[in-house]
Order: sequence, then structure tokens, then C-alpha cells
Amino acid sequence: MVVVVLAVAAGAAVWYHRRQATATATTVHTQDETISVVDGPALDQHVKLDATVYLPQHTPAPAILISPGFGDTKNSVADQARQFAERGFVALAYTPRGFGDSTGQIALNSPDYEVTDARQLVSWLAGRPEVLKDAPGDPRVGVTGGSYGGALSLMLAGTDKRVDAIAPVITYNDLSQALVPNAATTGTVGQGTPAPGAFGPDGVFKRGWAGDLFAAGFTAQGSAGACGKFIAQVCQAYEQIATTGRADAQTVALLRRDSPVSVTSHITVPTLLVQGEQDTLFGLDQADANARQITAAGGKVKMIWYAGGHDGGSPSDALNQRIGDWLAYQLTGVGTDPGTGFSYDVQGSVRASGDNGAEPTVHTVTAAGYPGLTGGATQRQSIPLTGAANQLVLSPAGGAPAAVSGFPGLSGTLSAVAGRLTTDIPGEYAEFDSQPVSGQLLIAGASTVQLRVSSVPGQPSAGQAVLFAKLYDVAPNGTRTLPGAGVAPIRITGLPADGTPKTVTVTLPGVVQPVQSGHFLQLVVSTTDSNYAGLTTPSVLSVQLAGDGIAVPVVPGATGSTPLPWPQIIAIAVIVLLCLLAGIWLAARRRRGPDTDPELTEIPLVLNGISKSYPGGIKAVADLSFRVEHGQVVGLLGPNGAGKTTALRILMGLVRPTAGEIRVFGQRVRPGAPVLSRIGSFVEGSGFLPHLSGMTNLKLYWKATGRPAEQARFAEALKIAGLGDAVNRKVGNYSQGMRQRLAIAQSMLGLPDLLVLDEPTNGLDPPQIRDMREVLRRYAASGRTVLVSSHLLAEVEQTCSHVVVMHLGKLVAAGEVDEIVTGGETSFRVDDAERAADVLRDLDGIASVSDVDDDVRVEGEVHARLNGVPRSAAIDALVHAGVAVDQVGPRGRLEDAFLQLVGGESR
Amino acid sequence: MSAPTDVSGAATGYRPGHTLPIRVELIRQLRRRRVQITLAFMAILPFILLGAFKIGNGSSNRNSGQLVDLATSSAINFVVFALFAAAGFLLIVVVALFFGDTVASEASWSSLKYLLAIPVPRGRLLRQKAIVAGLMSLAGLVLLPAVGLVVGLIWYGDGDMVSPTGEALPFGMALGRLGLGVVYLAINLVWVAGLALLLSVSTNAPLAAVGGAVLVSIVSEILDSITALGGLREYLPTHYAYAWADLFSTDIDWGDMARGVLSASLYGVIFTALAARRFATRDITS
Repeated sequence: MVVVVLAVAAGAAVWYHRRQATATATTVHTQDETISVVDGPALDQHVKLDATVYLPQHTPAPAILISPGFGDTKNSVADQARQFAERGFVALAYTPRGFGDSTGQIALNSPDYEVTDARQLVSWLAGRPEVLKDAPGDPRVGVTGGSYGGALSLMLAGTDKRVDAIAPVITYNDLSQALVPNAATTGTVGQGTPAPGAFGPDGVFKRGWAGDLFAAGFTAQGSAGACGKFIAQVCQAYEQIATTGRADAQTVALLRRDSPVSVTSHITVPTLLVQGEQDTLFGLDQADANARQITAAGGKVKMIWYAGGHDGGSPSDALNQRIGDWLAYQLTGVGTDPGTGFSYDVQGSVRASGDNGAEPTVHTVTAAGYPGLTGGATQRQSIPLTGAANQLVLSPAGGAPAAVSGFPGLSGTLSAVAGRLTTDIPGEYAEFDSQPVSGQLLIAGASTVQLRVSSVPGQPSAGQAVLFAKLYDVAPNGTRTLPGAGVAPIRITGLPADGTPKTVTVTLPGVVQPVQSGHFLQLVVSTTDSNYAGLTTPSVLSVQLAGDGIAVPVVPGATGSTPLPWPQIIAIAVIVLLCLLAGIWLAARRRRGPDTDPELTEIPLVLNGISKSYPGGIKAVADLSFRVEHGQVVGLLGPNGAGKTTALRILMGLVRPTAGEIRVFGQRVRPGAPVLSRIGSFVEGSGFLPHLSGMTNLKLYWKATGRPAEQARFAEALKIAGLGDAVNRKVGNYSQGMRQRLAIAQSMLGLPDLLVLDEPTNGLDPPQIRDMREVLRRYAASGRTVLVSSHLLAEVEQTCSHVVVMHLGKLVAAGEVDEIVTGGETSFRVDDAERAADVLRDLDGIASVSDVDDDVRVEGEVHARLNGVPRSAAIDALVHAGVAVDQVGPRGRLEDAFLQLVGGESR
Repeated sequence: MSAPTDVSGAATGYRPGHTLPIRVELIRQLRRRRVQITLAFMAILPFILLGAFKIGNGSSNRNSGQLVDLATSSAINFVVFALFAAAGFLLIVVVALFFGDTVASEASWSSLKYLLAIPVPRGRLLRQKAIVAGLMSLAGLVLLPAVGLVVGLIWYGDGDMVSPTGEALPFGMALGRLGLGVVYLAINLVWVAGLALLLSVSTNAPLAAVGGAVLVSIVSEILDSITALGGLREYLPTHYAYAWADLFSTDIDWGDMARGVLSASLYGVIFTALAARRFATRDITS
């Protein structure tokens, strides 16, 4: 038991280990601050920023500036800030201008406004004594944030040399390409990185997303008028795009100036780019552009694509932990160098139980570096596509009906099915299919394809083409999946009406998609998409493939990156080891020598002071002692509840006595004591497997003893059972009597030296009882010993040589049956009892006479203790006195003696 | 008359280590209708699933890429789905049935006292019965995927196993993973076995022991679905019941499986030790 407890404790300790490692919660102090900044092109606008500083236990410490997403306040990043403070950083979370309790208007991360504000926050951190400084006025600071906040971190790093590291999450490189993208270019597209975007000019307005996004500024509290809380320039730019569906040069310039692309050439600090694979707002191409530009500028870039994004959910706790680890290393040098590697998540659709309940299964592929930046260029697999030649597609008037590719911001559980909620309108799209892929194809990044598009002479022409390219994964049964719900919008301007084609290179949306064996790829080029502002003037276009097919990026990497869970493995080994030790210890303990009393080895049974009391003080057996000698048939007699069965159970080692000991042939009886093998028993009813025949039961019982079959004496046992052919029927169908006889036969298997039978004649009919009596007598005569319990007095009297009488758990009498039965008295049945009594009293030598027995009152009976006077003399005297003697004999039966012994209280 | 052969005073030919041989206990159990039906059901289940897939062909939604939709894509997929469907409840019931029945059913037949009077030492009785219950549980656990594999090979072929993450595992490799999955399931169910054993030595009603173990697993599963419990759920014995699904990707994450094995073996050891202790000291009154 001790070993087991140790094993459990050791295992539990390791089990809890993992939790303890993360549960080192430390005290974090927070202070709400209102930080005044001055910004604007002329540095004349006073803005109060609502902020909270989270202070760690030990200061001075490096700082982390956290900026929230568009429309959010500092509260949305409170958890993250607190975790940073728990890790030992001073975390500053704030609400950018125009949102929440911060004053000012939204300038969309303008270098003149939000970025200027952020620089002053860095200065504010430099003024805090809790913050570690690289130099006076230069705090050790990292910047992170999601989406809008991520872009701010990039722009701050590009304009403030005091920033030491940045970790922008799901953000953009060029807002003009995010909101008005063009995935086609007549020029070339760099194929080095896995997810390049064509970033062509004059794109297509991403109407659905832009509306959702800007709503946060138009409807913000305290806003009035058409521009909401936006500054005028931003408001005008948005209106320009939203009303025309295109971005003019001035708008593009504004959006680019307010985007990281304007400053990335100055970012030289280590950068961790985290981008989502489920993101139709800021796709993988935006992170790819940031990575290329920052690497070119000399910054070290690590890239993570995770299974989420604006359409699919925030980073998991584990990913946030990785981001924190990365920042910790960059700011303090603590931990292992996370390097400049690249990892991407491959998402399945089965729901496994995760930290946050049901989650799609995900595995992560890790590559040494982001291809094209460190190491060689991206491998691209060329997959031929075929389609009908010269497919004509209609761009309908008004742009309706429009194809559906997905729903902006559809997140959480729906993201898994989002890729399937797609429809294409017949007549509006061209289709090109690949052959089914033979092995598994894991697309990681943006595929590229060349298209040749022309107007159709004689058909309406808009002078330009707006198309939407999508790459489906099609299962053999025809089910199509649009990975990441991604769409590549294309605008080809200056398209001659005479049918002269224009060839463009199209960068399809960056995705991570495992294409299963047997599936094929399908490129659909449609003229409409409900999320984009397409053309409204009708036209007909011809769409053809210009090249061989599609170039699919593949990024090989290690998937076996999961470390083995050593603490658990060791704990399991320890448990196995301790269990083995416990087994050895138990086996050794069992080899204790037997407890033998050499003087009693020939005595079948000795009970010595046996008591059994149950909780609650009930005493079933109290100080019971008796001996059973060789060759005796001993009856254990007592009324129901006298403790007979309990005594027999103790004798069988089934019940532990609370005091006293039992020796069978000198061996002390304990549960499982080997000497029990010399006892055959039938205690309180039969016990057979009801689904087996009587014969099988006996055979299996004997086999269970492990003793040689020839010792069993089946024939003799079966004869005693006397079941005839019924022995081959299932025991479940037996009558009570049949089971009883079978059980007694079972107890006699192997002819045990001591036979213990509990109420053996219950349920037997008179002839069977007589046979049983004979069987027991013969059994004892063969030199064996029998102990029979019964509450039937006549039974004991007729069967047994000796009797032990029990009452209320105590021994009342023990001895030869005759001795107990007679008690020396003789009874006379006469016609006149009173006269007879008088006569007998007058006889010399007679000890006592009673005609009115207190216990047994039988009319006309007289009992006398003759005390050596011959019965004939007493009869003579009675006859001479004129008393008619009907019957003379030993007094009554065992019944009388028994009742006398147990006393009046039993009645 | 048999004379004592050794100092222990035992009858000739009696040796404690030879009592209740595994073979004998197996015969005693395998002839039970309950055992036969249970094992037969495990063998029939793949055919029932096959029938369901055949009948439900028209309306099946194979879009989601979940295990059930992938089930008909290959033999291994079919087996994995069958195991996945069985792991939550059926396997627990089977294991609880075999282990909960061990001692309690003998007690209910009143045959326990005669076994102990042979005497089969109590520790040995429990051990032999647990081994036989374990063998039968293992038989059920292996029968389901084995028959499923044959059914799957005949109807769905030996194609690649397509994992829910979209990875394709070649037949041979997937078969090996399937084997590991069965091994994991066997170990993960040890806690059910231990609990059922403990209940079995504590009651004379076999169904109470079986039902008790199943009830505990249901409660554990319900609690496990309450995400608000957070990390506390890791201590629930059923928390890692599906961790073997991690085997079906090229990169195996052993973390949850190791925790599942640790959790199950800890619970199993505790319950089994309690059962052994209780049985060793208990008065047999049935």
C-alpha cells in the first residue's frame, strides 16, 4: 500500500508540474493614465490618450507598448498587457486618438497623427522610472498590436529609432492594396517568396470589408455628420473610393502614406510578423510585402502564419505565448534565440477538444526560414490546367447577380465551413481544371497563373475588365472548397474593343491548403463577386490561360517539431516500476510460513474463543470454543440467528473473527489458508454458474482447484447428487432440491477430510433426507469428519454422534447426543399422572419427579430421574399401584433438551 | 484419504499458484451469453456502420471533411471512424461490463464463497479475474477494428488514410498508427477497469458495479464539456479519451497521449489498489 501511495504521489506531482510552470501568477500593479500628446502636421493639436500602465513586480524592466485594433480601446488588450507584466515587462496599453475615451479624430495611422502620438508615448515611457533605458530618453521598448495596432507598430519602428523590436499581428503593408486590391499585373511578379501579391494599380474596391471596417469610425460615440470621427482627408478618401468603386491617385497616395509601406525601408529592428490564413482583409500577401521590405532594409524577420485571422479568430494562447517569448528574447536576451524561421499551420476540420473546447485539428509546419528571404527561393510546382478554349464570360449590367465567395469577418466555428459557402453564376465565369493530384499537395502561399483576356468583337465592351480569380480544391465527389474564402480581384484597363488580348500575371490569394490525393484544383475566373465593387456596365470577355498552368508554392518543413513529453513519460515509467516493486513485495509477503500447532495436526477442528462482532455492537458469535475429533459427525444446533452460519463462515476463512483462532488439523485458518483445501463445504445455499450444466459446474469447480482430476471422484459425487440425466441440464433450470444435492456433491469432491455442511437437508424430501443421513454416516465411518449445522433437532438427533448447541452466539452445550438428549430422565405415559408421580416419588432412590413440567406440559406424562433405579422396577411399582402405563422411554427428544438448554428467553 | 503433503497442511495436489487457472476462468466466462453477445456485437458493429453508410448514401454531407464524412474514403478511415464512434461510450460500457462483473457476479451466484473455500487466495482470485476481464476487453477492443478493417478493405479498399487535417497516410503507415491507437485506447480505459473492479468487490450486484463505472464516466464527460472549468478538466479521467486522434498526422503530437496514459494509469493504479485492499479484508457474506 505504501508503494502504491508513493507511486500515486510521484505521478501526480509530475502531472501537476505542467500547470505549476504556468501558474506562477505574480502581482501586477495597474495605473490608469491620461497621457497628453501634441500632434498634427503643425504639431499644434492637443490630444489626451486614455492609457493603462501595467507594472511588474521587479523594475526597472523593458517596456512593451500595445496598441489595439481598429475601433477597439485599451481594454481589448488588457489581458495581453497583464500577461506581459506578469512576465516582467512594463506594459502600456492605450486607446489611439478618435476611439474610446481618447480625444481627437481618426487619421488612420497617419504619420502626422497616430504615429506622432506613439512616439510621444515612447518618450513618456522613457520618463518612467520603472522602465529600463538604453540611453537617457531611450527606453528599452517593444511594440505589438493586432491589425490597426500592428500597422502602428510597423510605422512607429520605421520612424522612431528608439523602438527595439516589433511584433505586428494580422496587419497590412499597403492599405490601398488591402482596400482596393489588384491581383493582376502586366509586369512580372517576384516568385522568390511564397505569398507575393501583384499589387497592381487601379484595383477593385473591397466593398464588403471596407464598409464593415469604416463603420467603427462613422458610428463611434460622439460622432456627428457624414465623416463621423474621421479627419477630413480620410473621410474624403473613403467617400471617393466608396462612391466610384476606384481609388484615384490622391487617395492611393494618402492610403500609402498612412501605411507601413511608407516607412518599411527604415525598419531595421527584429520583426515578428504574425499573419492569418483565414483573412480576406489583410491577406498573406500583405505580410509577405512587409517581410520583403523589412529584410531589404536590414531587419531580421520571423514569420508565422496561423490558422485564423480577420475571418477566423485571434491567435491562440499558445501563439500569444510564442509572441511573448519572442519579444522577451529580443528585449532581454532571455530564452533561446527564436531566429528568423517560418512556420505555418495546416488546419483540418475535425473537432478535437482543445484549450477552448472544440477546435479544428491543426498541425504546424516549421521551415528554417521564410523562402526568398533566408535560404533559396520558394519551390513552385507547376500544375497544368485545362479548360475549354476561348471561354466567354458575361459581366452583367449592374454587376448582378454576383458570385458569393464568403462573408467578411465570418469567424469562429463558421470559418471551417466558410470556404464552402460559395456560388458562381453560370455564364459569368470561366473554368480551368487540373488532373487529380496523385500524392498529397500542400499549398503554402499564393499560386500564380497567367491569363489572356480580351474583349469579344461585336459584343459590348467596357474598355476594361474586372475579374475575380479563385482556386478551388475539388473533391472526387464534386465538393468544392475555397481555401480561406480567398478571391483575387483583377482589373485590366485599356482593353481594346477589337479583341486584342492582354496578358496578365495573377497572384491568387495566399492560402495554406492540403489538397488530398484524388482531389483536383479548379481555377474559376468570374466577372462578379459580392464582396467587391465590380463593373456595372455590361460587357463580354474572353478568358484564356496564357501559360501552361498554375504555379503552386510549396514550403517543405519539419512537421516533427513537437517535443516528446518527457515529464509524463518518466512519470509513467515510475508508476510502472513502483507497481512492479509492489508486486514483488506482495509476493514476498505471501511466502510467510504457515502457523502450525504440531499438537493439533490430527484434530480436524478446534475453535478457541471465537468472537465476531459487527459495527454497531451486534455480536454474532461470542467466545465460541469447541473441538471436533476424528471420525465424528457433529451437529451444530441452534435456532435461527444463533450464529451457526457465521461460525461456519469464519471456519471457511470467509469472515474474519474479531477475536480467537480456529485450527484445522493444527493449521491456523486465515482467508486463503492452504489447509482449507482439506475442507469440503456447503454453506448457506448452493453457488453455481447458472449458464452451465451441473456436470460442467462440477468439472470446472474441480479444475479451479488445480488439483489432479483423478482425486476428484466424480462418480461418487454424482451418485450422491443423484441427478440422473439432469446433470447435463443448465443449473439455472434446477429446482432448489437439485441444486442442494449438487452443492453437497460438490462439497464432497476429492473426499475432503473435514466436511462442513450448513443445513444440508433444507429443501430435500423425506426419502432424500434419509439417504443424506446414510451418506453422512458412511462418510464419517470411512474415517473422515463431518460437521453439520441444523435448526432441525430431529435431524441432528438422528444423524449425529455429537452435538454442539449454540444460542445467541454462545455455546450452550456440547457433548454426545445421547448424553445431551437424555439428561438421565425417563418419561412415563400413564392414565393418571398425579397418582403415578406419587408412586414414583415413594420409590427409593428416585431423585426427582415432575408431572407438571414448566416447559413441556403434556397431558398424562410423568418424568423422573431414576438415578440408577431400573425402569422395570419403576414400571412394576406403577402397575402394582393400579396405574396403567402406556409408554416408557428416555425423556422426550432432543427438542426438549434443547429447549431446556436455551432457556425460556428464546420462547 | 488424502494426507497433507507439506507444512501448510494442504491436501495432496493443492498448490495456491495453480488454483483458478486463466484457461478455466476463460471457459467459465466465455460460456456466458452476456459475454458472447457483447463480443459478437463488437464484431457486428462494423457491418451496422457499413449498412448505415450504404443506406444513407444519398443524403450524406461529405463537405465538412470530418471523420464521419471521410469514413468511406478508405479502409483505415472506416476503422478510425468506427473506433471514434465507439470510444465515447461503447468501449467504456464494454470494459465496465467485463470488469464490473468479475467478483460481483460470482457473489450474486453465491459461487464466490466456494471459490474462496477451494481456497483460491483472494489476491489471486482478483488477479485471475482481472486478467480474464482484461483479455475479454482487449478481444472486444481488437475485434471491432479487425472486423472493421476487413469490411473496410472489401468495400472501401486499401487507399491512403485521409486525416481530418487533410494529410494522406499510406496504408501501411496508417495501419501501424491504427495499432498504436488501439494500444492507447486499451491503456486509456484502464481507469474504467480499475473503477469497475473496485465497485465489483464492493457490491453483490454486478449491474450496480457496471452501472456505477459507466455513470462516473458519463459525469466526467459532462463535466469535460463545461469549458468554464478550464484546466481543471485535465484531471477528469475522460479528458484524453480522444487523444489517439493525434496519431493520424505525419507529425504525431505525443503530449496529450502521454498525459492521457499518465492520467489513466494513475486512476487505474489507485482504483485497483483500493479494490485489492478492499477485497483482501472484506467479509464474504453473499
